[in-house]
Amino acid sequence: MSNMVTLTIDGLPATVPVGTSILDAAASIGIDIPVVCYHPHLTANGLCRVCSVDVGRRLQAAACVTAVSEGMVVNTRTKDVDKARRTTLEMLASTIDLSEAPHILDLLVEYDADPDRFVGMERRESPVHDDNPFYLRDYNKCINCWRCVQVCAEDAQYTFALNFDGRGFHTFIGTFMGDGMPDTTCVFCGQCVAVCPTNALKPKREFLLEQGVNPDDIFRQTRRGGKRRRKAAEE
Amino acid sequence: MVQPSTIDLTALEPILTRYRGRGRNALLPLLHDIQSVNGWLPREALQAVGETLRVPLSDIHGVVEFYSMFYNEPTARRVIRVCHDPACHMAGSPAVRLAIEERLGLKPGETSADGSVTYETVPCLGMCEHAPNALDGERPAGDLTPDDVDAFLAGTYPEPEPKIYGGPLVKLARAGKIDPSSLADFEKHGGYKALRKAMTMTPEEIITMMKGSDVLGRGGAMFPVGLKWEMTRNAPGRPDEKHIVANADESEPGTFKDRALMEQDPFSIIEAMTIAAYTVGAENGWIFLRGEYPRCYKRLKNAIEKAREAGYLGRNILGRRGFNFDVEIRLGAGAYICGEETALFEAIEGKRGFPRIKPPFPTTHGLFQQPTAINNIETLAATVAVLNMGVEQWHKLGTQGSPGTKWFCVSGRVLRPGVYEVPFGLTVRQLIQMAGGVVGKEIQAVLLGGAAGAFIGPRRLDTPLTYEDARAQGFPLGSGVIMVFDEAVDLREIMYMLARFFAHESCGKCYPCALGTQRQLEIMERMLGYGSLRADDIQTLHDVGLAMTQTSLCGLGQTASLAIRSAVDRWPELIDPGRGNGRVG
Repeated sequence: MSNMVTLTIDGLPATVPVGTSILDAAASIGIDIPVVCYHPHLTANGLCRVCSVDVGRRLQAAACVTAVSEGMVVNTRTKDVDKARRTTLEMLASTIDLSEAPHILDLLVEYDADPDRFVGMERRESPVHDDNPFYLRDYNKCINCWRCVQVCAEDAQYTFALNFDGRGFHTFIGTFMGDGMPDTTCVFCGQCVAVCPTNALKPKREFLLEQGVNPDDIFRQTRRGGKRRRKAAEE
Repeated sequence: MVQPSTIDLTALEPILTRYRGRGRNALLPLLHDIQSVNGWLPREALQAVGETLRVPLSDIHGVVEFYSMFYNEPTARRVIRVCHDPACHMAGSPAVRLAIEERLGLKPGETSADGSVTYETVPCLGMCEHAPNALDGERPAGDLTPDDVDAFLAGTYPEPEPKIYGGPLVKLARAGKIDPSSLADFEKHGGYKALRKAMTMTPEEIITMMKGSDVLGRGGAMFPVGLKWEMTRNAPGRPDEKHIVANADESEPGTFKDRALMEQDPFSIIEAMTIAAYTVGAENGWIFLRGEYPRCYKRLKNAIEKAREAGYLGRNILGRRGFNFDVEIRLGAGAYICGEETALFEAIEGKRGFPRIKPPFPTTHGLFQQPTAINNIETLAATVAVLNMGVEQWHKLGTQGSPGTKWFCVSGRVLRPGVYEVPFGLTVRQLIQMAGGVVGKEIQAVLLGGAAGAFIGPRRLDTPLTYEDARAQGFPLGSGVIMVFDEAVDLREIMYMLARFFAHESCGKCYPCALGTQRQLEIMERMLGYGSLRADDIQTLHDVGLAMTQTSLCGLGQTASLAIRSAVDRWPELIDPGRGNGRVG
C-alpha cells in the first residue's frame, strides 16, 4: 500500500504523504492558502476558518485541519470561498483593532474586504492590562487565535496561566479570576508574546519605546535588578 | 455585596473529601455541589476545587466562565429564571416578568440586597407546552399569569407534568401511567422486557435488527443507530474503554420532547442504555443532562440507584457473567452548545464545551478519545420500542422511508401544546389539528425543526413529516419542533429572539459563528427599529449567513442563520424598512 496520496488542487496535481493537511499539500505545489490563527509549530484548531476551501461538498473544509484523501478535488478560490473569507475578515476588522496586524490587513485588501461594512456595531473592547514588567496585554487587539493559551499549556510551557473569560462573541483571554500575571502561575517565559500575531501581547520595552520614553527610564521600569538591589530598595 | 471573609470553607470540606482522588471529569459535579452551598463560587472555593481535582486554576476559571449557571460573583442560592424565548413570549412571558420584577424589586441579572434571591431572564427552559414558564430554584412552574406570581414566588404554585398526546404511543407507552420513581411499577408495565429479550440475542443480531428497523438519530443528525452501534462495537478497545452516552441536553428553543420521557419513564432510558452497552460491548454509561432540568435529574438519579440495587446495573447484570455496565449523570450548567456531541464530551471531561474538529468521529475517538456511541434520548427510546415490537410491527408504523414514530414538540399558538408521538407521515396541518388548531384567527407561519430550522407559510402545511420529504423539499425535521404563529404575532420579534439565542449560545471557538451570530443579532435589532436598517442589510445578512453556514466549525454555526434567512427569503417585506408591521400573508 502506498503511503502517498494524489489529489487535485486548483486543477494541479499534488502527491503528498498520507495525513498531510490540505494547507501543506497546497503549499507543496506553490499554492498559498490564507491563514489567520494557524501557526506551524502549534496545534491547529481550525478557529479562524479563513483557510476554508471548496472540496466539492456543501460545507467548505478548513485547510489547516483537514487531511487530504485520494482523488480529492480542492478549489482554493471559488466564489463562495472568497465570499466567506471576505465576510469573516470584515467581521474581524469591525470587532478588533488590527492596526498592528499587517498580515491580516493585507488579507483585507487581497479579498476586497470593506472594513467599514459593520461600522457602528459592537467591538470587543477591554482595558489594557499593564501588570508586570515584561509585557502588556491589550485584548482590544486580540483575535482569539488561542496561540498564547496553547503555548502556556500543552503546546509548550505547561504553566497554565492563561484561559478564557466569557463565551461567544464576548470571549477574551483571561487569567484565574482576572488576576494580574504576577499572581498567576506565569513564569514570564515570553512564549505567548512571541507567538501573538497582532501585538495584543507586546514587550513592555517595545511599548515604552513607542511612547517615547528614554531607554534609561525604560531600564529602570522594566528591571527590578538582582537580589542585592531589591534588598537595598526595600530597606 | 458578600465578601470573601464570609465564605466558610469548612462547610465545603465534606464535599471536597468525597471528590478527593478523582480527576478532572468530576469538575462539573463538584462545581455544582460546591455552588449549592453558597449559591456561587468564591475564589477560595475554586482554589479548593483546583487542589482537590488537581486542575489548573486558569482552566477552572475558563469552565466557570463558560456556563451561564455557574457564578463567580455573589449570587443567591435561590435563582429565579424566567424564559424569554418565542413560545413563552407569545404566551405572555413579558407581563409575567414585569410582575415578578415588581414583586422582587429586581431587574434581570440582579440579586436582592439581602442576598436571598437572584432573578434572571433565560433562554428556552424546555417546557414550551407550559408557556410561559419559569424555574424557582429547582421548582418548575408553567402556564403562569401575572396573577400567579405571588403563589409562584411563595412556592405554592403547582409543578406541571409533561403533556403527552398523539398515538400510538410506543416510545412513551408508560408515560403518565406509572409512578416514575418505582422500579416495580416500571417492570409491571413491561419494563426491562426489551433488555431480557436483547440478552437472548447476540450483539450482531441486535445490530441487524436495528439496521432493519431503519432507526435514524432523532436528535437532528439522522445517523442510523444500527450503524453507529456497529462501528463502536468494531472499534478497537476493551469494554472498559468504551462508552454509551445519552444526549439529554436538548436546549433548542421549542424543544421539550426528551424531557417528557425522562420525567415520566426514567427507567426506560437506563434500560435502553444497558441494551446499547450489551450490543456495543461498553461498560461505561453517561447521561449528559441540561442544567435546566433539575426534576429530570432527580428522577434519573433515583432510577439509576434503584436499577443498581436490583442488579440491572453494576457487575454481571442479570447474572450474566462479564456483562458489566453502570451509568453516571453529568448535569450541564446552561450551554446549548453542549448538545453538540463532541462539545458534550469536552464538558464531561471537565473542559469548556468547545466542539472538536471532526474527523475523528465519536465511534472511534469519543469521550476520553475512546470509542463512544452517543444517542439522543428519543433514539434510545426507539431502540427499546423496536426490541419490544419487532421489526415487522415497527415498519407498520410510519412510511416506507421513515418507519416508526416521531415525537413532535408542538408549541406556540395552538390550543393543546405538547409532545405528540405520531407515526411518520402526518402533515404539519394534521398535527396542528391534533393540537386543537390555531389559537387566533389563522396560521401566519410555522417554525419547523427548531431555532435552526425553517419558517414555512400556510401554503406548505400539507407537507408530510418524513425524512424523505424533509430531504426532498429541503426542510429540516431537526428536533421535531413545530411552533405555530397566528396572525397577531410579529415575526420580526421571533426572528430577533432566534438571533439572540444563537449569539448567546455560540461558544466563541470559530470566528464565523462567534462574530456572525453577533452581527446577525445586531441586524435583527436594527430591523426591530432599535436602530435604522440599512439598505444593504439583507445582503449582509445573507453574506454573514453564507460564511456561518459553509465555514463554521460545528452544527451550531452551520445552522444559526437558516431559520432567519428562510423568513427573509420567503417574506422580504419583513425586513423592508418602513413597510409592514412584521406580519405576512
